[in-house]
Amino acid sequence: MKPAPFSYEQISQAQQVSASLLRSDASVKIIAGGQSLGPMLNLRLAQPTHLIDITRLAALKTVQSSSGSVTLGACVTHANIEDGCVPGRLGEILSEIARAIAYRAVRNRGTLGGSLAHADPSADWITTLTALDAELSVRRADGQRWMKIAGAMSGPFDIGLGPGEWIDAVRIPEFASGSAWGYTKIARKTGEFAHAMVAFLHRPAQSSLRVVFGATESAPIVIDHSDSILAGADLESLKALAHQRLLQAGLNDPIDNRVRLAVMERAIRKAQSGRRA
Amino acid sequence: MKKPDSPQGIGASVPRKEDARLMRGRGQFVADLRFANLQDVAFLRSPYAHARIVSIEVPAALRAQVFTAQDLQSVRPIRAVSGLAGFKVSDQPILAAEKIRYVGEPVAMCVAASRAEAEDIAAQVRLHVEELPPVVDMLFGRTAAAPRLHEAWEDNVFLETNIEVNTEIFKQADISVTRVIRTNRQAQAPMEGRGVVAYWDPRLEQLTVYSATQMPHIVRTGLSECLGLPHEQVRVVAPDVGGGFGHKGILLTEEVALSWLSMKIGRPVRWLEDRREHLVATANCREHHYVITGYAKRDGQFLGVSCEATVDSGAYSSYPFSACLEAAQVASILPGPYDFPGYACKTYSVATNKCPILPYRGVARTGVCFALELVLDALARELSMEPHHFRQQFLVRPEQMPFDNITKKHFDSGDYPKALSMAMQAIDIEALRKRQQHGEPDGRKIGFGLAIYCEQAAHGTSVYAGWGIPMVPGKEQCTARITPDGGLELRIGAQSHGQSMETTMAQVAHSMLGIDIERVRLIHGDTAFTPYSTGTWGSRSMVMSGGAVAAACETLKKRLLHIGAWLLRAPLEEVRYEEGQVIGPAGRVSLQQIAHTWYLRPQDLPVDVDPGGLEVTEGYRMVRDSGTFGYGVHAVTVAVDPVTGDVEILDYVIVEDGGTLINPMVVDGQVYGGTAQGIGTALYEEMAFDQRGQPLGSTFSDYLLPGPTEVPNLRIFHLETPSPYSRFGQKGVGESGAIAPPAAIANAINDALRDFGAELLESPITPRRILEAIDRAQSAKASSVAAAERVSS
Repeated sequence: MKPAPFSYEQISQAQQVSASLLRSDASVKIIAGGQSLGPMLNLRLAQPTHLIDITRLAALKTVQSSSGSVTLGACVTHANIEDGCVPGRLGEILSEIARAIAYRAVRNRGTLGGSLAHADPSADWITTLTALDAELSVRRADGQRWMKIAGAMSGPFDIGLGPGEWIDAVRIPEFASGSAWGYTKIARKTGEFAHAMVAFLHRPAQSSLRVVFGATESAPIVIDHSDSILAGADLESLKALAHQRLLQAGLNDPIDNRVRLAVMERAIRKAQSGRRA
Repeated sequence: MKKPDSPQGIGASVPRKEDARLMRGRGQFVADLRFANLQDVAFLRSPYAHARIVSIEVPAALRAQVFTAQDLQSVRPIRAVSGLAGFKVSDQPILAAEKIRYVGEPVAMCVAASRAEAEDIAAQVRLHVEELPPVVDMLFGRTAAAPRLHEAWEDNVFLETNIEVNTEIFKQADISVTRVIRTNRQAQAPMEGRGVVAYWDPRLEQLTVYSATQMPHIVRTGLSECLGLPHEQVRVVAPDVGGGFGHKGILLTEEVALSWLSMKIGRPVRWLEDRREHLVATANCREHHYVITGYAKRDGQFLGVSCEATVDSGAYSSYPFSACLEAAQVASILPGPYDFPGYACKTYSVATNKCPILPYRGVARTGVCFALELVLDALARELSMEPHHFRQQFLVRPEQMPFDNITKKHFDSGDYPKALSMAMQAIDIEALRKRQQHGEPDGRKIGFGLAIYCEQAAHGTSVYAGWGIPMVPGKEQCTARITPDGGLELRIGAQSHGQSMETTMAQVAHSMLGIDIERVRLIHGDTAFTPYSTGTWGSRSMVMSGGAVAAACETLKKRLLHIGAWLLRAPLEEVRYEEGQVIGPAGRVSLQQIAHTWYLRPQDLPVDVDPGGLEVTEGYRMVRDSGTFGYGVHAVTVAVDPVTGDVEILDYVIVEDGGTLINPMVVDGQVYGGTAQGIGTALYEEMAFDQRGQPLGSTFSDYLLPGPTEVPNLRIFHLETPSPYSRFGQKGVGESGAIAPPAAIANAINDALRDFGAELLESPITPRRILEAIDRAQSAKASSVAAAERVSS
């Protein structure tokens, strides 16, 4: 279980990344923490001929707060987030998400940007940052664009990056005062990828809520709705709506869907019982 | 617990001597060894489950680095026969020749300066085949419609056995329950996989093979047979070995292939099993299917069981245990620790297009415990009895010991009812039943389950001779040598691969000779230095090698007394041996002084000194070789989430009787480790296959093992009923922990789900299986309600 031959390069200038990705004489992949790519290389599921390591780019490890949002460099690790590199209520929420990703050994190396670029449908950040309405800073040879994570995934392992494009940062809106957050996932064992996950964000100021189903084997399923749907004593109408959306997405195993809806209910209960920002 | 006989002797929980290197990462495993000019090997393995080989295409530039069956024509296939009547023989080719019989079967051996380069070469070899329909399911494999794996056979069944005892009595049953029970395939998953380094030593004219094995002498015999080399030209060394659990109790085709290759190219060659190879290619375990019926009278009297058991043996009979050990064990130990009058068991060992199965820690005991204990709980539910009350009626009782059960298993000693009572008290069944009535605030369902097992261990010649497999254990030997400065070397043929024998054998020697355990060195795992042995398996080493160590020390003591008496100028009858000294009426002489005299001042020795000196080899067998019977009770409470199918173990009690404990801490370690593996069997581990025989668990992301957070705090209690047949009353306990967890946990889950009428009968019990069982039970209920309404209307 050893990788096919490849060459390896440490990148020292961010501008070099896109140029390398566009090389015609090699199939190039970016490596950051390597926690997904490493096993794929060893299993020869991925056989790039050239790897560029972006973890020496200091700018990619920074966390910057500005009014209304916080921006994390792509090479900030799950462990950095777990350990509180993001301040405030948003930081607490992100820390809690990070703490439940795989194992600490994986979190020590695995990066936020790497996880999002890899876009495993069962990974935590894709689902939770969709719910939190985060945006990706996408760099390319001739510039930069912002892309909302919600709607970016066109399929499993595809976050919609074009040729020469890569993620250098993630911008997450500040957690609005009065909002309620709940995230629940269930996995066979600690550290495993979840088989059902739901992130829930309620913003009373906007009278809106967002439910995101992850672990769908493809792009997360996003439900944006007026919070009037929560007015009833139970969640039946929201569940019915969600169930319809799961079926529309081609998810029709009744047991799986029952579990997904139960997880949604738990995420909502968690939000309702949790403290508000 | 008994008091130890001294701070370092039998019964003392002394820290493990081997931990000084193992806990510092200084162990020397096969992969740690360095050899000049070493070449690495990667195998091209079949991606097909069943196929006829048309051709193997090797690029011309790589011909010198790729070897196929054509090159190995002088090498004999691995053949593990059984003497049981009707056993069909399979020949396992070292590299697949005409046919491929499982995904992962080695087809070509590729050699290069590094493993990565060897894999690059393997990727360029083209295998052309004509695919054949595979046999994936063992029950289908038994039928006439199934394609044949081995053409010379008339069906796919290695062996069929049948036993019937007093089945007439089943007619007296008021109730009977029948269940179809399955334990899915697993991989043993030791921390260290297999690994082999082979080289030809021109000076000694000897093939030397370093292998991560638990039976170096048996591997040597197997290599000698396959390669046509006399034993004296083969040396097998097992260095530090990181767990075996049965996976290292097999002669691998890779060991034979590497040995041949090292002689062919005249350089050391290495193959290290990677995780994917471990999971899919070398061997699996545990796949059983049972149709089992329990019979009882209305008053709770248990009449017995009848069973049809099928074992998926995989494509070949593995060496040395053969394809029949598992099923033969099913038939003989299914009755468990119980005394009942009627028994029938028919077994089939079926060849399928999967890698061979091996005995895994507990061997068939884990499967039969699962089958029997689930049926006993089903009967208890039918009888409206508590599961422990039901079992207490027919557990073997202490006053029956020694006891011959319905399959003539000879129980040596023990108090099973007491162990059960202790477990029930510890788990506090009354409090639990009350809690169940109240229900849980979070909607989960609480359940209690128990399982009782016994573990025949260290069984010897008479038992294995009956099975006629390539390996029959005889007298176990130890060579003990006192060194010139009073240290002690012990050489045993068993092989410690996690059992802590470097510590426990030293404790035995300390009890016998009073030598500080730091001065006792265990030499094991090398055929050049140790007496022949079948190795470490079947929970036998502490009983057999421990007995041999004691016997050798006993003889040494006699010789020490003889020389000591002479040095003290005292008659032999007037001296005694105590704590490393010979003590006479008017003085004492130390073991060091006696050793010094034997080696360095022979002029001071008595004229009639034993010419064998301070080195002896003694053989040991138990008073009876029918084995020791360790046993135990596992009592578990679980919480089951009926919405998600999630299971949490709330409490786990183990009452264990391993006879006299040589090192209680080591025994607890064995129980912890085994129970963790049993929890894996119960809830997580499954090697699934698709319709075409493709294994679906080829990495640890698809094949789940329990981790530290999945293993609860285990509460272990001990009974210590000595075996009357072993040297110190010790019993084999190495496998015990892995036997009962699937049964106890399944029974607890079924108890939790009894209001739903749902019953789980297949391991592992995944969330999905729980939810499906609840659905099935509810739709059955709904349709019976509907039927009742139709009748009444």
